[in-house]
Amino acid sequence: MDTLATTVDLRAEYESSGVREVLDELDRDMIGLAPVKARIRETAALLLVEKARKTLGLTHLTPTLHMSFTGNPGTGKTTVALKMAGLLKRLGYVRKGHLVSVTRDDLVGQYIGHTAPKTKEVLKRAMGGVLFIDEAYYLYRPDNERDYGQEAIEILLQIMENNRDDLVVILAGYADRMDTFFNANPGFRSRIAHHIDFPDYTDAELLAITEHMMAEQNYRATDDARTAFGEYIGLRRAQPHFANARSIRNAFDRARLRQANRLFAAAEGPLDAEALSTLVEADVRASRVFSGGLDSRTAEMEGKK
Amino acid sequence: MRNTQGTFSFLPDLTDDQISAQIQYCLDKDWAVGVEYCYDPHPRNIYWDMWGNPMFDLKDPKGVMMELADCRKVHGDAYIRLNAFDNTRAVESVTLSFIVNRPKVEPTIRMTRQEVNGRSVRYTHEIVR
Ligand SMILES: Nc1ncnc2c1ncn2[C@@H]1O[C@H](COP(=O)(O)OP(=O)(O)OP(=O)(O)O)[C@@H](O)[C@H]1O
Ligand SMILES: [Mg+2]
Repeated sequence: MDTLATTVDLRAEYESSGVREVLDELDRDMIGLAPVKARIRETAALLLVEKARKTLGLTHLTPTLHMSFTGNPGTGKTTVALKMAGLLKRLGYVRKGHLVSVTRDDLVGQYIGHTAPKTKEVLKRAMGGVLFIDEAYYLYRPDNERDYGQEAIEILLQIMENNRDDLVVILAGYADRMDTFFNANPGFRSRIAHHIDFPDYTDAELLAITEHMMAEQNYRATDDARTAFGEYIGLRRAQPHFANARSIRNAFDRARLRQANRLFAAAEGPLDAEALSTLVEADVRASRVFSGGLDSRTAEMEGKK
Repeated sequence: MRNTQGTFSFLPDLTDDQISAQIQYCLDKDWAVGVEYCYDPHPRNIYWDMWGNPMFDLKDPKGVMMELADCRKVHGDAYIRLNAFDNTRAVESVTLSFIVNRPKVEPTIRMTRQEVNGRSVRYTHEIVR
């Protein structure tokens, strides 16, 4: 570096780096999530300023960027993590900006000497990007003091400290279990700078998400079908294994299946685009959720992640 | 005596930044990069020891550089090379290989002539430390 700049234009940087684009995309593609979006905007501002301070020679340290995302299943954690990776890339805090998403099984081995190579393998793939560890608390099993998870935890802690320029780690899971996990592993708590909590969606938000998903795939619901979806959301929420937007995605997928069957069974003449993209009330109401039961496969699919 | 096996061996030793740049080149071509080391640099010794498995699906050179650092810690006085494997159908072989670590004192390779059957000559090489 020859000479240090003497001024920076944050606005210009915000535009030219593409940060604005990612934040706009986040706003557009994700329904609701107001507190999450606000936190991400704050974080982006902080990192943009931090980068400007570096340009002016006011700081030389890489800020700690590791994060925790807490919230119930299907609240958008994985989807937001993907956007976060893109954001960090544009801000220049990670070199490549890809997301490597793992769970305990990808990190922890089955026998002595198996865990370290497994964890390192994953870390090497994540270099230059974001490592997303879903349900991170499963790494820690206090009931078994010889659990190999501890070994993975130690390697992770070391990398999170020593390779802050090379990757960002995001730990995700249910809020209460994450709390217990952090209390038992203070090393993680102290290395994580940003905690973002994902609230459950309201019924209205879930309906908006349904419409968003349908629009994305060129489907349209009749007014009656939309009303049925609304009722579905309320009923589904009260049943076990409810997984917010994921339950909605599954319901939509099954409605498509029924629509396809209906068209196939009934069609005699040629079908137009209108017919192929319309979901009617019956496509939704045929779900067992309406008869008080949850079909077992649904529960299985949504409960299992 | 300077070992000149592999690519770049007539150049001054690559710095770590230069090695990273070469790895990035390999990753951009979708080649799998592996680390190997050896204490017997006889030109006919094609069996170097593998330092772990070749690495697939990396996006960034850092993953390889971490393995290289670990290998240097244990085998700092060995030759270490990086191999890039191209899995394209019908290529399926190592397509780039270069030395990234040398012993402080490199052994000499001595050539010996042996006269046989009248005026015929046999050549052989051996490592001399
Ligand atoms: N706010 C939203 N707007 C539109 N679609 C959403 C929204 N939130 C989630 N989705 C969709 O819901 C599905 C589930 O989201 P995602 O996988 O990100 O949830 P998650 O919190 O990671 O769940 P889990 O904890 O079970 O892994 C995805 O298909 C995603 O596109
Ligand atoms: Mg997820």
